[in-house]
Amino acid sequence: MALKTDAVGKSWPAHEYEIGREKIAEYARVIGIDNPVHFDPEAAKDAGFRGVVAPPMFVVVYAAGAMGPVLFDPDVEMNFAAMVHGGQEFEWGEPVISGDLISTTTTCKEIYPKDGKGFYVFETESKNQNGELVCRATWTNIVRGIEE
Amino acid sequence: MGEKIAGLKVTPDKYVPHRYAGASGDFNPIHIDDEFAKMVGLPSTILHGLYVMGLVAKAATDEAGGDPRALKRLSVQFRGMSMPETEIEVSGEVIEADGTDVTFDLIAAQGENQVIRNATADISYP
Repeated sequence: MALKTDAVGKSWPAHEYEIGREKIAEYARVIGIDNPVHFDPEAAKDAGFRGVVAPPMFVVVYAAGAMGPVLFDPDVEMNFAAMVHGGQEFEWGEPVISGDLISTTTTCKEIYPKDGKGFYVFETESKNQNGELVCRATWTNIVRGIEE
Repeated sequence: MGEKIAGLKVTPDKYVPHRYAGASGDFNPIHIDDEFAKMVGLPSTILHGLYVMGLVAKAATDEAGGDPRALKRLSVQFRGMSMPETEIEVSGEVIEADGTDVTFDLIAAQGENQVIRNATADISYP
C-alpha cells in the first residue's frame, strides 16, 4: 500500500479532559509511585501545589483521547495491523492538578517513508483552563510494509 | 559526567497490563487477552510501551528526589516487546550537567532485551 500523506499539516478539534483525584491515584499505584503529593490534598498543598498533582506521565491519560480519533481519520488511513509505537517525547510545563480542565489539540507534523516503513509523526499540545501549557508531546508511529 | 543513577528494578505481575489498561484507557487486546496475543504471533500478552516509559520517568524523577516538577522533558525510542512476570531494570547515567539542570541517558531492559533505549530525560533539581 502506497503511503498516503494527505493528513500532513492537518489539525483536529481540541479534546477536553477533567483531571480526577482518584484517576491520578490509580495511575500512580500502577507505576509504583508512592509520593503522597499524588494522593493526599494536604501533602500536595504543603509541597506548594493547588491540590493533588498528577505524575508527569499522566499525560498519557489526558492526551490519549486526542490521539485516538486521529489514528482513525480517513485522511490518515493508518494500517493498524502493521503499526508499532516507535517513539515518544514529552515536554512538561505547568503541573496538572486534580480538578483542572485540560484541552489537547493534535496536529499531523510529518508522514514519510523510510526503509519500507511509514513514519507518522503527530504533535499534541495540552493546556489547562488558564491557557497555560502543561505538556507538548510528539508521538511517532511506524507502519511496516509500505511501497515507496 | 557518566555517573550512574540509582535506577529501579520491578517485576510486573501478570495483572499489571490489566491495571495499566484501566488506568490509561488503552485496552488494546495484545495487552490483556492472552489468546488474542498468541493469535497475532506474540508469545503472550505484552506490557504497554507507555507503562515501561512510566517506569523510566519514575526512575528519572526519583533520582531528583521524587518531586514531579523535576522532570522537564523525556524522549524515548521503543525497541522491543516486554512481558509481564519478568524483571524490568531501568538504568541510566548523567550525560550533561549545568548547575541544577541535568540530562540522563536511560535504558529499560528485560535481561538482554532493551525495550526502551536512547531515552533522554531533562531534570531540573528543585
